[in-house]
Amino acid sequence: MRAGPLQSLRRADEIPHPAPKKAHARMASIDTVPRPKKSRPWTSPPAIALVGFTLLAWAALLGPAWMRVIPEAITFPVAQVVGDAINWFARDAKIGGVAFQEMTRGLATLFDYVIDATVVVLAEGLFTGRGLNVTQSVPPLSWLAIGGALVIMGYRFGGRNLALICAVSAGFLVFFGLWENAMVTLASVLVSVILAILLGLALGIWSYRSARIENVTRGVMNVMQTVPIFSYLVPTLLLFGYGPSAALVATVIYALPPMVHNTVLALKSVPTEITECGRMIGCKPRQLLWQVQLPAALGKLAVGMNQSIMMTLNMVIIASMIGAGGLGFDVLSALRKLDIGSGLEAGMGIVALAIILDRLSQAAAHRAAHGTHLKAGQRPLWQLLIAWLIFSTGLALLLTPLQAWPDAWVVSTASFWNAAVTWINREMFDLLEGIRNFALLQVMRPFNDFLGNAPWTLIIGAVAALGYALGGARLALYTTGLALFIVLTGYWGPAMSSVYLITISVSVAIAIGYPIGFWLSSRPRAQEPANFVLDTMQTLPTLVYLLPAVMLFRIGDVSAVIAVILYAIAPAVRYAMIGMAQVPHARLEAAEIAGCTRWQTLIWVRLPAALPTLLIGVNQTIMMAFSMLIIAALVGTKDLGQEVLIALNRSLVGEGIIAGLCVACLALIADGLLKAAAARASSDKKRTAE
Amino acid sequence: MTEALRDITPEAEAKPAADLVFECDGIWKVFGATGAEFTHAGGPDMDADALAARGWTAAVRDASFSIARGEVFVVMGLSGSGKSTMVRCMSRLIEPTQGSVLIEGEDLLAASDAELIQIRRRKMGMVFQHFALLPNRDVVGNVGFPLQVQGVPRAEREKRAREMISLVGLEGREDHFPDELSGGQQQRVGIARSLASDPAIWFLDEPFSALDPLIRADLQDELLRLQSQLSKTVVFITHDLDEAIKIADRIAIMDQGRIVQIGTPEDLILRPANEYVARFTNGVPRAKVVRAATIMRPVEGMDLTDALSVHPDDRIADVADILTKSEGVIAVKDSSGAVKGIIDRETFIQVLAGATL
Repeated sequence: MRAGPLQSLRRADEIPHPAPKKAHARMASIDTVPRPKKSRPWTSPPAIALVGFTLLAWAALLGPAWMRVIPEAITFPVAQVVGDAINWFARDAKIGGVAFQEMTRGLATLFDYVIDATVVVLAEGLFTGRGLNVTQSVPPLSWLAIGGALVIMGYRFGGRNLALICAVSAGFLVFFGLWENAMVTLASVLVSVILAILLGLALGIWSYRSARIENVTRGVMNVMQTVPIFSYLVPTLLLFGYGPSAALVATVIYALPPMVHNTVLALKSVPTEITECGRMIGCKPRQLLWQVQLPAALGKLAVGMNQSIMMTLNMVIIASMIGAGGLGFDVLSALRKLDIGSGLEAGMGIVALAIILDRLSQAAAHRAAHGTHLKAGQRPLWQLLIAWLIFSTGLALLLTPLQAWPDAWVVSTASFWNAAVTWINREMFDLLEGIRNFALLQVMRPFNDFLGNAPWTLIIGAVAALGYALGGARLALYTTGLALFIVLTGYWGPAMSSVYLITISVSVAIAIGYPIGFWLSSRPRAQEPANFVLDTMQTLPTLVYLLPAVMLFRIGDVSAVIAVILYAIAPAVRYAMIGMAQVPHARLEAAEIAGCTRWQTLIWVRLPAALPTLLIGVNQTIMMAFSMLIIAALVGTKDLGQEVLIALNRSLVGEGIIAGLCVACLALIADGLLKAAAARASSDKKRTAE
Repeated sequence: MTEALRDITPEAEAKPAADLVFECDGIWKVFGATGAEFTHAGGPDMDADALAARGWTAAVRDASFSIARGEVFVVMGLSGSGKSTMVRCMSRLIEPTQGSVLIEGEDLLAASDAELIQIRRRKMGMVFQHFALLPNRDVVGNVGFPLQVQGVPRAEREKRAREMISLVGLEGREDHFPDELSGGQQQRVGIARSLASDPAIWFLDEPFSALDPLIRADLQDELLRLQSQLSKTVVFITHDLDEAIKIADRIAIMDQGRIVQIGTPEDLILRPANEYVARFTNGVPRAKVVRAATIMRPVEGMDLTDALSVHPDDRIADVADILTKSEGVIAVKDSSGAVKGIIDRETFIQVLAGATL
């Protein structure tokens, strides 16, 4: 699987599909439980790696001091250089006599204009007058108009169920007084999504047509997905200025990779026959692309669009840090005030928005991909929508509560949640504090100290040895190179701190998530609700996970770890479910006939068969954890995430980027090692099956 | 598949070029090599080992044949025999590594991209194994698509599409989308689409392989009916010998990239070129394929006025009944009543028993 490590971060798009039928049938006939292959023990890569590592460990512990503590002489002030370069680029660089910054600022003005126009229509309307005499001269579309339009689209695309989902979600936003901010968010989300989809489509088509371009985009997208978003916020701010358009650019960059990736995939999956048919009909290249291949690829393109939408929504809060208002800003300010209840409500508002956009876009894409006709008497959707907008706007002008939901009627559960938190903290303080202290003193601190004090050469040796054992010399070189980058840039200490946080969070997430996934896999009925919960968990903005953790365990590493666990548990559950579901049925029957107990079946039959998928699951969990790391830094960790955050706060361009790249290096090391492990596990399986 | 065609096809090679739609000469398709590399490395002289040594695979080896106007030419072979690649070389869906393809005397391989598009639009129609319908277009939209691509105005192309739809018997389903149709109906749409621009050449790539046996038989009959109306030049790919025999004027059998024999169905059965073809045709019920004309021998001054008679194109399965009722030999007479030859019992039984001629 040659795909970016974060590719399947938000949805399970890359989950290995069950084997095609043919292979399946063949497997079934000669299906055996895989046995470890025999090999000569002393010359195998794992053995060589072990011997090498032992020698290195001996040298590192007893050898010269530079092997234990990184000498300052070998680190370079890379961050400084990069920062200067970018600053120069942003301020002084000229292309054809025009300063680069002027171009980007011009672009920003254009984006601002588009966003403003959308905000005017959806959320704010037009104002006249100045100062205290400001009056709204033209109201925005009323909640009735937009909500009704969503319901109409829902009904047309997905029938009664989808209409109901849209109605409930929109109703939530209205009744809880979140409507106007939700529309501000919707405006920027719509603009970024459209931009990301168009740009992604263009890049995807380009990559599809040229293998060379594909190599380049794939590499860039992989790095883009692993570099934490915060580290390119600063350069974006430099180039585009503080405000909605900087947020827009950052969001588009963030949401682009899945669209590019899925466009290439979708075009590649168009059946050869369809393309041949287009050529035989005599299509010109452009006709072939737009009238044959893209329509035929629409179903898979929809996956990419959907992921882009989800990632855009994920960015909402972060974007609000650099000047995009809306619901994201509500969550952020609630978090700063530790107003758990309001934060939760605003967070749920984002989820409501996500649900509407997600379901509507999926249903629309499905409809477009399969073609449907209007039933007798049905009018085209656009006619319906225009009629509704005119009618409801008229109605809203007559009855003001239909235009803007009166504040007096707003429902809020914030005080309830706040009270609940207070109650828990008062009544269960001893218990919580006990848990916190135990975790901190008995588990986390010792592990952190161990990593912090371990000789750096030893850890790099371990990375190299693992790489060699799992994927040979090439992988060893790759992972060692990445690790050395961290050493040379001088971020080794914070990086170890990140490794400690990730290791602990991922271990716990796997320890909790995998058993739940195993349990769910044998209960088909529970799977649909479980999938819904998992989908929702992955749609929730990352910051929301900090709330309960901070509520109960205050600021600090324990809260950070809990937030990371909460966020990263969803892929663990999902991959465990899928891995188990992939075990060939014939094998399970064979085990049952042989009289295996449930436990024996799990250990000897299910786990070995599911191992590759489970390893990929660990990989995905780690990737999710890394992307949460930066958010977790908000509650005071001391790792790379914190470095990035500090850089952001102080506008240190170079530091932000380099620390971000270090996070990417860690993620890429984990990704490389685990993918190699998964590949080994699945090739072992194939060999024994054949 | 008119009677007249049956008679000219075996000698098609000898006919003047004007009647030939396809003239293919020495087609090679070597995957992994460019034309220049292949020629440089020895070209057609390379044997299997020499090709393998360079990591090349020859999907089509030295295919030469021609196809007459109005002929149904079936390319038959097992999967991996290169039949599909060879037919794609004939439309340049796949670029041949070496060789020449003339369509109505015009060099297909020398055509520029723009010319190729024009040739395909004007002259070629193709039906695909898995139908290759566009899922987002309804039946009219799919059938009219070739015309839309050519810029034919909407009203005109929809009129033409509706004609084609009724030609294949799908009236009433014009507004359906592909996933609302059965496999057989989808392939009817595919057939209608391939005929929309009234091409002279009709490629059918295993068109019925993905269908149930009964539907397959229906569509084969449908194809024969259409062909009797339209008289296209048909290039039909199949891996099913029964199907090939049912519809073919001539069959080219392919094995490992080579055409091992080209002939009428009777030729293949009665005069197999090699062991491979013989094994293939072994199981074919001869009585249903071989015609009276094929096994008759010349009249040797016999008096045939009282003899029972059959038509030259009658299958010998139908002759058996008459032969049992007659005393000695039976006469083979054409429609005008002229005696063409006689059939005696010995030859008849020998042929049924599996003798080759």
